[in-house]
Amino acid sequence: MSFFKTLADKPWLHAPAIAVGGADESVLDPQGPARVALRFILAIVGILFFLFIITFLSRSQYPDFRALAGSPWQPFTDTSRLWFNTAVLACASIAMQLGLVSARRGHLNAAVASVSAAVFFTLGFLFAQYMLWQYLQGLGFYLDTNPAESYFYVLTAIHGLHLIGGLVVLAYVVFRVWYDGVPASLSGPLQLCTTYWHFLLGIWLVLFALLTSRPETINALAALCGF
Amino acid sequence: MQHVAIADQTDELHDPTSFIAKYVWSQDHKVIAIQYSLTAIFVGLVALVLSGLMRLQLGFPDTFDFIDPSAYLQFITMHGMIMVIYLLTALLLGGFGNYLIPLMVGARDMVFPYLNMLSYWMYLLSVIVLLSSFFVPGGPTGAGWTLYPPQAILRGTPGYDWGIILMLASLAIFIIAFTMGGLNYVTTVLQARTRGMTLMRMPLTIWGIFTATVLGLLAFPALLVSAIMMMLDKVVGTSFFMPALVSLGENLDYSGGSPVLFQHLFWFFGHPEVYIVALPAFGMVSDVLATHARKNIFGYRMMVWAIVAIGGLSFIVWAHHMYVSGMDPAFGFFFATTTLIIAIPTAIKVYNWVLTLWRGNIHLTVPMLFAIGFIFTFTHGGLTGLFLGNVTIDLPLSDTYFVVAHFHMVMGVSPIMVLFAAIYHWYPLITGRMFNVRLGKIHFWFTFLGTYAIYLPMHYLGFLGVPRRYFAMGDTDFIPESAQTLNAGITVSALIVGVSQLIFLYNVFWSLRHGEKAGHNPWGATSLEWQTPDVPPHHGNWGPELPTVYRWAYDYSVPGAQEDFIPQNHPISDDERTAGEEREGQ
Repeated sequence: MSFFKTLADKPWLHAPAIAVGGADESVLDPQGPARVALRFILAIVGILFFLFIITFLSRSQYPDFRALAGSPWQPFTDTSRLWFNTAVLACASIAMQLGLVSARRGHLNAAVASVSAAVFFTLGFLFAQYMLWQYLQGLGFYLDTNPAESYFYVLTAIHGLHLIGGLVVLAYVVFRVWYDGVPASLSGPLQLCTTYWHFLLGIWLVLFALLTSRPETINALAALCGF
Repeated sequence: MQHVAIADQTDELHDPTSFIAKYVWSQDHKVIAIQYSLTAIFVGLVALVLSGLMRLQLGFPDTFDFIDPSAYLQFITMHGMIMVIYLLTALLLGGFGNYLIPLMVGARDMVFPYLNMLSYWMYLLSVIVLLSSFFVPGGPTGAGWTLYPPQAILRGTPGYDWGIILMLASLAIFIIAFTMGGLNYVTTVLQARTRGMTLMRMPLTIWGIFTATVLGLLAFPALLVSAIMMMLDKVVGTSFFMPALVSLGENLDYSGGSPVLFQHLFWFFGHPEVYIVALPAFGMVSDVLATHARKNIFGYRMMVWAIVAIGGLSFIVWAHHMYVSGMDPAFGFFFATTTLIIAIPTAIKVYNWVLTLWRGNIHLTVPMLFAIGFIFTFTHGGLTGLFLGNVTIDLPLSDTYFVVAHFHMVMGVSPIMVLFAAIYHWYPLITGRMFNVRLGKIHFWFTFLGTYAIYLPMHYLGFLGVPRRYFAMGDTDFIPESAQTLNAGITVSALIVGVSQLIFLYNVFWSLRHGEKAGHNPWGATSLEWQTPDVPPHHGNWGPELPTVYRWAYDYSVPGAQEDFIPQNHPISDDERTAGEEREGQ
C-alpha cells in the first residue's frame, strides 16, 4: 500500500529517488481539498451513527427495552410507511445521480432540473419523516416512552439534520454556479454532493433495518457484539 | 515518489484592509491562531485560579468560608473540563495547529479559510456558554469532569439543573467548532503541501498535529453522542443512561438505563483525548530539541511510526479508566494488555529524545529548558501510568491522589511544559521580537521545580489511601496527621507556581514592545516557517512564489556544510548528491 510505502521513505538521503519532482506536479485538482474533506466528513458521520447503533444494541439488552416490531401492537410490524419514505429518499439519490450525469455532459438545464427534483424529493422525505413522528405520537409512542422509541426519534432527527446540512451546501453550490456563470464548474461539486446523498441513503437503510428489527434479530446482533 | 499537491491560489490574494477584517473577522490562519490562543490562555487562567481555590481548601480546611462542599465540587469539575478541552485541545490544535500547519508545509493559508474563521467563533461561543454557567441559578455543574450519570443530573449534585445543561451544550458547540477546524488541518496537510514537501519530509510537529486531529475527528463524536443522550435524559426524561431509582424519597420516572454505557462512550472519547493533547506536544518537543541541540532528530522514521501507532492504539485502551466501574472483569485483561503495549512506542519516543541530545551541541535556551523539563515530567507520569494500567495495582490506587498525581504529570504538566517551550520557541516568529531570557529562565525554574513540589508528594498521599474528590478528610483513622502537613505544603507550592505564571504573562506582554528585534530565524532552524520573506510573516506567508522543499527538516550540523543548519528550501549541492548516491549504493 502506498501509505506504508510513504512511511518507509528515508528523507535524510538525498538520492535521486526522493529528489524534487518537476513542475508538472503543480497541476492542482480544484476538487482535491473538498474531496479529502468529504471523505473525512463521511468517516465522522459514519462513526457518529456507528456509536449510536452500538449503544442501541447495548441498551436493547436491558429488560425494559421493547423493540418497535415483532408483535401486532408494535408500530413497525407493518413497515409500509417506512418503505414509502425510503422510496422518496431513493428518488432523491437517483435524481442527484441524473443531475451529475447531465452536468458532466454539459446539459445545464437538465442538470438543474434533476437537482431541483432531488431537493424536492429530499424535502418530501423530511416531511414524510415528520408525518411518521406524528403517526407514532398518535399511537402513544413518545420520545420518552421506551428506549426503542427514544432511539427512533433521535436517530431519525440526526439523520434529518444531516440531510438539511446537505441541502444547505447544495444550495451554496448551485448559487455559486449561477452567480459565477460558469456551468462547467457544476459537475465537480455536484459529484461530492451526490456521494453525500448516496451515503445518507445508505445510513437510512441501515437505520431502517435496525429500528424495525424484531427482538430476536436485535438480540442476535447484540450477542454478536458481545452484549 | 508520492504525488505532491500544491494549492496555490491562482487569483490574487485579497489583503484585508479594514481593522475588523484584519483582526476580528479574519480568515488569516495566523490571526485565527492568535485569537484561539488568547481565548484558550484566558480560560486556562480561570481554571488555574479554580485550582488555587481547591488547594486552599485542601491545604487549610475550615479556614475559607466561601468554599463550601458544593463550590469545591464545582471548582474541580470546571478546572478539569476547562484544562483538558478548552485550554489544551484548543491551544495545541486551534492555536499552534493553525499557526504552524500552513507555514510548516509551505501553504499560503488553510484550504478552507472561511470555515477556519467560523471554527474560532464557534469555539468562542462554547467558552462563553461554559463560563455563563457560573452566573446561572445553582452555578456550574459539580459532577466531576467525567459527568457520570446518574449523579450528574440528579438533585444533590451542584448545578444539576442549569449547570449541566450549559456544560453539555457548550461541549456540543465545541465539538462542532473542533470538527470545522480539524477538517481544515487534515485537508491542508494532505492537499496544500508545497512542491517537494513529501509526507516524510514534514517536521514532526506536523505529524503530531495531523495525527492528533484525525484522532479528534474520530473520537469527539463519542462525546457528542453521549452529550446528546444525556441532555435528552435530563431535559425530556428519556432513559438512555438513567436507571430506575429513588431520589430523596421520590420514585423517578427513569427506568432501566445503563450508567456504565455512558462511561464506555465517554472514555472512548476520553482516552484518545489524552493523545489529542499528547501527540502535538510530542511533535513540537521533537522539533525544539533538534533545533536547540543542533542535531537531527534521532530515528525520524521511528518517531513518525510511533506517532501513528500510538494514535491507532489509543482507540482500544479506553476501559482502563473503568476497572472499578463494575464492567465485566474479563475486559480488564484485554485493556491492561493494550494499555501496556502503548508503552512501547511511547518509550521509543522518549529514548529518541534522549538520544537526540546525546553528543548534541546543546544550547540551554529557555525553550530547550522547557523541552528537557518535559522529558523528565513525561517519564515520571508515564511510569506511574504503567502501575495504573495493571488491574490489580489500579484497584487499591483508583480514586486516590496517586491517580491525580499521575494524570497531572502526564497530561497536565507535560503538555504545558511543551506549550511553554513552543511559545518561547516561536515567539520571535509570531511577534518579531525576542522575549526576556532572564525572566524566561526564572519562569522555567519556578514552574519545573514547583511542579515536582506539588505532584511528587501527591504520590505518597495516594499510597496512604487519601481519596481524591473529597472536600475534607475529617477524622479518618488511616490518614495520619502528617498527610495534612503534606497537603498544606502542596498548597503553598501550588500557589507559588500559580503566581509565578504572572512572570510569563508579564514577559509575553512586555517583550511585545520592549523585546529585542528578533530578526530572521534567530534559532538557526531548518523548517519552512522560519524561511518566510517577512518576520512576522505577512498575509499569504510567502510573497510572490511558494518555496520549494529539497530536504527534510533536520539537516543540522551536516558535515562539510558552511553553517550548522541547512534550511529545507535550500537546494541539494552536488557534493551532497554524490554522497547520498554512495550511501544508497552501499
